[in-house]
Amino acid sequence: MTGAGMTGSGMTTSVNTELQELAESVFGDAASSDTGFDAGLWRTLEETGLARLTLPADAGGSEGTFEDAAVVLAAAGAHAARVPLVETDLLGGWLLHAAGVPLPDGPLTAVAGRLEVDGTTVRGELPRVPWARDSAGVAVLTGAHVVLLDPRAAGITEGTNLAEEPRDTVAVAGPAVAVVAAPDSVAAELRLRAALGRALLLAGAARGALAAGVRYAGERVQFGRPIGRFQAVQQQLALAAGEVAAASAAASAAARVAADVGFAAPATRLAVAAAKSRAGEAAGAVARIVHQVHGAIGFTREHDLRLWTTRLWAWREEDGSDAEWNTDLGATVLAAGPAGLWPLITG
Amino acid sequence: MTATLHRLPDLVPPPIELPPRTSALRAEVRAFLAEEQAAGLWTPRADVWLSGWDERFSRELGQRGWLGMTIPKEYGGHGASALDRYVVTEELLAAGAPVAAHWIADRQIGPTLLRFGTEEQRQRFLPGIARGEVYFGIGMSEPDAGSDLAAVRTRAERVDGGWELTGTKVWTSGAHHAHAFFALARSAPRDEQHRHAGLSQFIVLLDAPGVQIRPIPLLTGAHHFNEVVFDRVFVPDGMVLGEVGAGWKQVTSELAFERSGPERFLSTFPLLVALVGELAGTTGAEREIGGLVARLWTLRRMSLAVAGSLESGEAPELAAAVVKELGTRYENEVIDVARLLVAVPPDPGAESGFARLLADAVLHAPGFTLRGGTNEVLRGIVARGLGLR
Repeated sequence: MTGAGMTGSGMTTSVNTELQELAESVFGDAASSDTGFDAGLWRTLEETGLARLTLPADAGGSEGTFEDAAVVLAAAGAHAARVPLVETDLLGGWLLHAAGVPLPDGPLTAVAGRLEVDGTTVRGELPRVPWARDSAGVAVLTGAHVVLLDPRAAGITEGTNLAEEPRDTVAVAGPAVAVVAAPDSVAAELRLRAALGRALLLAGAARGALAAGVRYAGERVQFGRPIGRFQAVQQQLALAAGEVAAASAAASAAARVAADVGFAAPATRLAVAAAKSRAGEAAGAVARIVHQVHGAIGFTREHDLRLWTTRLWAWREEDGSDAEWNTDLGATVLAAGPAGLWPLITG
Repeated sequence: MTATLHRLPDLVPPPIELPPRTSALRAEVRAFLAEEQAAGLWTPRADVWLSGWDERFSRELGQRGWLGMTIPKEYGGHGASALDRYVVTEELLAAGAPVAAHWIADRQIGPTLLRFGTEEQRQRFLPGIARGEVYFGIGMSEPDAGSDLAAVRTRAERVDGGWELTGTKVWTSGAHHAHAFFALARSAPRDEQHRHAGLSQFIVLLDAPGVQIRPIPLLTGAHHFNEVVFDRVFVPDGMVLGEVGAGWKQVTSELAFERSGPERFLSTFPLLVALVGELAGTTGAEREIGGLVARLWTLRRMSLAVAGSLESGEAPELAAAVVKELGTRYENEVIDVARLLVAVPPDPGAESGFARLLADAVLHAPGFTLRGGTNEVLRGIVARGLGLR
């Protein structure tokens, strides 16, 4: 890799601080009110080794840990970065590499879906594929196969999520770039990786929204003083800060657990479920409060507050909503019974 | 869009993992608790750190080396890390074990004596605290001074060889059983420009002449709180805690320990266990149970992150306030979900089980968001941290 020495699992706190500063500066410089893929930012991410942070060197990666990814993704979320970072690094790149498929250069995306597979010919439709129109390859987990599609050879119907991020329908009927047997247990891991990546982005976006709320409360004058001087506003923003803290703590702790014990461990499944659910819950509360603080201006498209709040609303439903993960978690708890509850929590 | 994001303070320290050595300790504590419970020595209760006074149990923990864990060996402690103590503490609370007798002494008095106490004070009290035989209360609150400690009116007047205390303390947990408490008193006249100056802490023996202790029953009717009235109680110079006039600084320096511990989200955990017991084998409540567990898992991770930060010598006051604010609201949410999912009326007369735990939890709930600083005051601290005040 190039960049700041992001290697292996022996990462110390000081190196993570360096990584954090790098990420804040890269995403901060790219921040804008636009929508759509940010090609300039993507080039910077590739040059700094952040685009494929957690992938092994033989997949063009930087061999960073999930804790490193947590730092980078939280910064990406906070600055509303317009790049398929989770999709390339945590999902598509990982899935193709795990299946032994050489990785195409450029941004990737990944999806689990239903395709008919006949030799190297595939047929079917994949709804709501993130960033498909901008990707160099779509990695698909379908039944017992991992398939790599070239989006330029597929039919793409453009769609978006609430934040105007690409969520396209990919229709395919013809030869794939690659079709191989899916390794064991990739389905479960793909789902957990997607939820963890989304939880980290959510935590970052919640922080960005809170920062916007705090700044606005310090600038906007009503009744002769900044609204942030009113206790009622202070109490609301303090509640939002608590939600941001919970989302960040849950997402980064889940990344830590994944880094320590791997995705196959039951502790990671519980941690990721808790993190996605808690971050999703925080998303709604934070968005509601910062909009209330901003008044009517935040409710318009001309104001940048939407960059965070529409992402919070979109992402809380993606990769398993909080309701879905809570149901998953609750089923585990009820199966463990009263005596099993505390051991589950202490892992 | 403005390229630079408004700078926010760190709301929570980085996540930590407990050291592997703590697994054996946890297993040992868990086995001991299961044994005690099987022998019928106590029944799990809600809010045990306020209500579960059991001196036999505290002495038993002392004998096993699970009290005064972070106190150095020369004072009868075990020189263990705060994270080892964390593991023992959370196991005790999660089991609903009766920990109230030693709670304040173990959590607050020990560390404070180590930090501010004289050698003589340490020798006198710490070994008994570590054995689970010496119990303390906290004398901060007064009839007109709750979260606003600068309003403390108890007077300490200089006399020959010490101080004379006159005033009234309220909400003193366990004063009727405890041996001593730390009393915050005004040792210099109040100065409106410096409201927190002139306060000092004193170690007051609760059987000293001039001390009167009157019960203030809880909603449950149980006797945990007391009013403690001083009528010219003599406190010798040797029992002044720390520096005269530095009471405010001393009191607030301990708040990060007090606010972020597992007792701020586990008061109703035994009720959650009973709820899972009621629902095990049924379907339809997975989402609600999962929601509670996701929040609990997160709170524990936040609390551990603060514990890790304290262990490395920092004082994450803001993060501690956030944990307490979220944690104590969570304790109330457990009650709400439990009563919506299980149609069993709370029964304060039941020996044990869901109905009894629900009754105790409901009647104790108002205290969760009051003690140790109200949630409104805590949110004020967070707002200050955000730069709004």
